[in-house]
Amino acid sequence: MNALTALVRKDIVLYFANKRAVLVTVVAPILIAAFFGAVLGGPPKKPSRIPVAVVDLDASAVSKSIVAAMKSDTTFDLRETDEAQARSLVREGKVRAAAVIPAGFGDDAPKAMFRPNAKKPEIAVLYDPSQAMALALVKGLLAEHVMKQVSRAAFSPETGRKTIASIRGDVEKSAGLDDRQRRDLLSLFDSIDKLQSNTSATAPANAGTMQGFSMPFETREAEVSGNRERNYNGYAHSFAGMGVQFILFMGIELGVGLLLMRRLGLWKRLRAAPLSRATLLGSRIASGAVIASIIFALIYAAAIAVFGVRIDGSLVGFIAVGIAFAILTSTFGLLIAALGKTPEAARGIAILATLLLVMLGGAWVPTFVFPQWLQDVTVVVPTRWAIDGLEAMTWRGLGLEAAVMPVAAMLAVSALFAWIATKRFDWEE
Amino acid sequence: MLIARDLWKSYGEKAAVSGISLEAKAGEIVGLLGPNGAGKSTTVGMLCGLTPPDRGTVAIGGEPVGGDASAVKRRIGLVTQEVSLFEDLGAAANLELFGALYGVSADILKRRVDDALALVGLTENARARPATFSGGMKRRLNIACALVHDPDVLLLDEPTVGVDPQSRNAIFDNLETLRARGKALVYTTHYMEEAERLCDRVVIIDHGKVIATGTQESLLRMLPESARRVVIERSGTLEDVFLHLTGRDLRD
Repeated sequence: MNALTALVRKDIVLYFANKRAVLVTVVAPILIAAFFGAVLGGPPKKPSRIPVAVVDLDASAVSKSIVAAMKSDTTFDLRETDEAQARSLVREGKVRAAAVIPAGFGDDAPKAMFRPNAKKPEIAVLYDPSQAMALALVKGLLAEHVMKQVSRAAFSPETGRKTIASIRGDVEKSAGLDDRQRRDLLSLFDSIDKLQSNTSATAPANAGTMQGFSMPFETREAEVSGNRERNYNGYAHSFAGMGVQFILFMGIELGVGLLLMRRLGLWKRLRAAPLSRATLLGSRIASGAVIASIIFALIYAAAIAVFGVRIDGSLVGFIAVGIAFAILTSTFGLLIAALGKTPEAARGIAILATLLLVMLGGAWVPTFVFPQWLQDVTVVVPTRWAIDGLEAMTWRGLGLEAAVMPVAAMLAVSALFAWIATKRFDWEE
Repeated sequence: MLIARDLWKSYGEKAAVSGISLEAKAGEIVGLLGPNGAGKSTTVGMLCGLTPPDRGTVAIGGEPVGGDASAVKRRIGLVTQEVSLFEDLGAAANLELFGALYGVSADILKRRVDDALALVGLTENARARPATFSGGMKRRLNIACALVHDPDVLLLDEPTVGVDPQSRNAIFDNLETLRARGKALVYTTHYMEEAERLCDRVVIIDHGKVIATGTQESLLRMLPESARRVVIERSGTLEDVFLHLTGRDLRD
């Protein structure tokens, strides 16, 4: 066994002899990733229903039909309640939003369809500001159901005739219309009246269920991820993020360990041996990279075996990203040892730096939720390349070419860290 | 065996060592004595190749001690003041590691490890971790780690700090055995009775310079007549000589 091998072997044996360190760097990321993965998406499954409340202050046939349509919509988990209770549910975060259908809505809404200047009835949408993204979805689906039910009311023989008769009177008396416009509108009302009469005559049993406007298209949802047979797995992101974070914590321990060796006189003892500086520092980089790779493999073994994470992209690319990150971790540890004065101070500063790196790298929340400027800025953060690379090789299912940039970026930063560390390393005791 | 000539070392404006020369022959124990801050540790650092001198040379058997990877460093064993052991590696594993670092080939390393453990009386504890050892056992293993590559020169920097009389006595026996085997030993200590018992010659340094060198008797003879009478009236020990030469002021 040559000196380099002996030093690397020693570091690996010592690291894994420390049960607490192993617990922190292997078990903790698995547990935390399991939690985040479950919260942020979990294993492949159908989208959950959005909890929404509706308040029907109108209690008309139109408003009741809107409530019924919303109840049958699988997007919503609908609760019908009163206005005070609806506000309370939103405030407590138990529903994302609450729609309040005002009194008189059933009469006013059909009229507003044909009278541009008419006062439109107002549906208040109370929403949870922490769930603002749900607001747009609720408004969109509400619009669909309201249009369908209101137009149905306008054109159905039972309720539509009364509405059309009322509008016809307004049009005939309106001074703001010229003769031609008035004639065209009255002709339209005649056609609607004729349609309502025919519907009543030919199918009296179905007259009340006449269809109103409907969406002129259907949608078909299809997830775009690495494997057509499998849906997105939220654990793929959480394991990438937590794996990166805790492996970097291991890198801190490597660096602090070197400072402790110095304090205990062990470094002096190693330096007294006929070993080059390259051997001494190179062994630390090599052992750190091997330890990080082992931890990386253990974390992903759990992710794959227990949480259903799959490498749908290039396996070679996945391994390359893992190794590049392991080298990055190792050189990060060496940098800490080179810049740190005492183990205690170095650990504190390094933990802060690591938390910033993982936060900006998207380990906690995906970078796509960052503002655009922050997304642009964080391309210089090496942890982002690690997480992007791991996601590309897992659930995105991309090929080896997608691993090239992350690997190159991490190796470049590793080289920079190693260069600074060797320049700044204090060899004198 | 070990010859150091005119060693100088400064840290910034502060001169730590100013022209120290010393020699240790095969089968000889040389005591390196001096108060705190006298330059002992810096001198030991230069002797073993850890600290490059600003000026001067160190040679082992005529070969100069060079840079980090200098092959002649294989002929030097260093026992640091701190117990420099990997506490979660077994005793034998520590020895195997240090043997490998000094290029001991695998086919003879096992025998060397066994020999070193036997010398310091730790054969029964070969697999035990130093974390479970007493202070004296750790100190003995610390010495064994410096011996496993069978060096010609052993540099010992206060190797008995904090050990009980039994362990200290065992360490002395080990060192005398090594002397009998023809090793050259340089022994740094604050304990004058240790130097009296072990050392064939003593080098006393202060303020980075050698202020006296020789046997206990010759050091006594070197003193001026008036000083010699005072020292002899006290007890005539090496400590009296040392205090007379370096003064009684506290060195912090």
